[in-house]
Amino acid sequence: MPAGLLGIEELDRAEIEAILARAKDFQPIQSQSLKKLDTLRGKMIVNLFYEASTRTRTSFEIAAKRLGGDAVSITAAGSSVSKGESLVDTLNTLAAMRPDAIVMRHAASGAPHFLARHLPTPIINAGDGTHEHPTQALLDARTILDRRPSLEGLKVAIIGDIAHSRVARSNVHLLGKFGARIVLCGPASLLPAELAELAPGVSLTTDIREAIRDADVIMMLRVQLERQHEASFPASEYFRFYGLQLEHLDLARPDAIVMHPGPINRGRELSSEVADFQRSVILNQVENGIAVRMAVLERVIG
Amino acid sequence: MPIVIRNGRVIDPASQTDCTADVLISRGRIVAVAPNLAAPDGEVFDATGLVVAPGFIDMHVHLREPGFEHAETIESGARAAAAGGFTSVCAMPNTKPVNDSATVTSYIVERARRLAPVNVFPVGAITKGSAGEELAAIGAMKAAGAVAISDDGLPVMNARVMRRAMEFARSYELPIIQHCEDLNLSAGGDMNEGARSVRWGLRGIPAASEDVMVARDLVLAQLTGARYHVAHISTNNAVAMVDYARRQGLRVTCEAAPHHFTLTDEDMAAYDSDYKMKPPLRSVRDRAALVEGIAAGAVTAIATDHAPHPGSEKMQEFERCPFGIIGLETALGLSLAGLVHSGKITLVRLVELFTTGPESILRLGRGTLAAGAPADVTIFSTEMNWTYDVNQSFSRSRNSPFHGRTFRGGPVATIVSGEFAWRRE
Repeated sequence: MPAGLLGIEELDRAEIEAILARAKDFQPIQSQSLKKLDTLRGKMIVNLFYEASTRTRTSFEIAAKRLGGDAVSITAAGSSVSKGESLVDTLNTLAAMRPDAIVMRHAASGAPHFLARHLPTPIINAGDGTHEHPTQALLDARTILDRRPSLEGLKVAIIGDIAHSRVARSNVHLLGKFGARIVLCGPASLLPAELAELAPGVSLTTDIREAIRDADVIMMLRVQLERQHEASFPASEYFRFYGLQLEHLDLARPDAIVMHPGPINRGRELSSEVADFQRSVILNQVENGIAVRMAVLERVIG
Repeated sequence: MPIVIRNGRVIDPASQTDCTADVLISRGRIVAVAPNLAAPDGEVFDATGLVVAPGFIDMHVHLREPGFEHAETIESGARAAAAGGFTSVCAMPNTKPVNDSATVTSYIVERARRLAPVNVFPVGAITKGSAGEELAAIGAMKAAGAVAISDDGLPVMNARVMRRAMEFARSYELPIIQHCEDLNLSAGGDMNEGARSVRWGLRGIPAASEDVMVARDLVLAQLTGARYHVAHISTNNAVAMVDYARRQGLRVTCEAAPHHFTLTDEDMAAYDSDYKMKPPLRSVRDRAALVEGIAAGAVTAIATDHAPHPGSEKMQEFERCPFGIIGLETALGLSLAGLVHSGKITLVRLVELFTTGPESILRLGRGTLAAGAPADVTIFSTEMNWTYDVNQSFSRSRNSPFHGRTFRGGPVATIVSGEFAWRRE
């Protein structure tokens, strides 16, 4: 199997630390006037997105270009996918064009893992179903570490539709490897008990106040209405019991930060005031997304 | 030509035989079982060190014909059955068209008579098109050769329809076989609901989806007095409920599939569709309960649920892949490993599970080596080491998680109606 990046679960601490350190090196480039390196000169990255995405796709594209590589983006609509071609056939066709890596997002959990067994090209998982979103967890860790010396012992509350969240799973794996205390919080129908077995240091609660109390980091998840296969909770009640509001922040540590993978739904998972709150680092996450993806692309291809 | 099987360990649970003896076969019938039989002009098969048993019956296979011949045909599936030590198989009705009429039943019987090296007994649908609404022509299918009815692959969701089907089937004394799955509870699921499904972000099929349906049907079986059989039972609760009902005197039985008493969801390779079937591989606790249920007599038969799918259909995103694995050729090896060599049951009990067990449900007039019975014989080894190569399978499909597995013991020869249907090379 070619070395790509399929998930955080299979990475060890040293590999994660190396990516995060390299991402730090790339941070200053984001604000330089000349933003282009030549690490990936002559290399071709294909972004294959079977699910709509603006920020992740753009972020990977910019990351590739800042490293001097070329990037082509394909979305499922308007491609051979809509003509009924199977995933394996599409990927074999693309692989025959000899890209140096395929960045892939797919609605089916495990789709990149399945392809990695059958393709010669390294695959970078940009989100697979409700399984993993490894670069999101890496950029979240980079964002926390820009403000804290270490992840160890931090209390991180992850709140929302945990059951259907790939962001939550990747973050749990990453934070668990570094000794953070992880509290997963959501309505019980979106919080299967088996989540506690995902990684060391995980606990579950259905009470948002308990989750936030003394938290160093509050990660709000998007309410994935498109991934709700049935009514697991009454949508009208969600914000009232699981939406993050300004007064909640009094329960957290005074220097707690608020994160969100975006795109945010103001008034659904967090109030507008929280979104604009000074300790909300949502835009820093976006910025770090490029630095982290540069580090990942360099590791996979460079 | 007569055949004499020399010097094997003859195990015939129906006649409570377990001794070293010869078996003489002539004109398609068992003639005698005794030591040192004379066979002047017959073929001699030396079974020294081997077990000689009544022909094995697999009451749950999918032969895919008519309609899905790219996956399997009656001929290819029957050849795989012979190589697995089976002399009789029951063909589930989820073909295209569904076997819900005497026409399709007759077609299967006729194709099998011409092409299949083993006996093929059709199972008719319970409802038209297995749509779960209107009863199929059950009496006519029975007259054409159907030995049971089932909408397998799908459950009969509507309790009223199931009640009527049970009542109606009772008038023909046909067993009614249910694929127990509450489709509302299992909707969208791809594997057992548990720590693995949560970890992999795959939607779960809860054990409760099976338990709820078994519970409902047992109540209906009590109400109607039907002969009711749970296909591929897979959960702790379902085994306990069937056992309870059986002890209460209801005419209910169940079968277990080798993959369910061998593997759990923890044995799955991530996103590998060769581990995807319905019911799914369950928890460690469910598997243990299944083995205990087999040992305690709660389970009446071992059946494979042989479910061929061509490679192209299994080469997809996990959630798009169809459910099912092939199982005819690995059933005996897995059963020996998981049940006999592990000390859970005796060899005699194993033979029962493949012969008198299914025979008691289906009443085929087979499953014994009594003089005068049809000469269906399975000869197998309990010790021979062999490795399963799915690419050498007689099946048209290759979807097995047991490719490359080494077995201790397996089939050596299969005799159907007095003729060798298969011999290990």
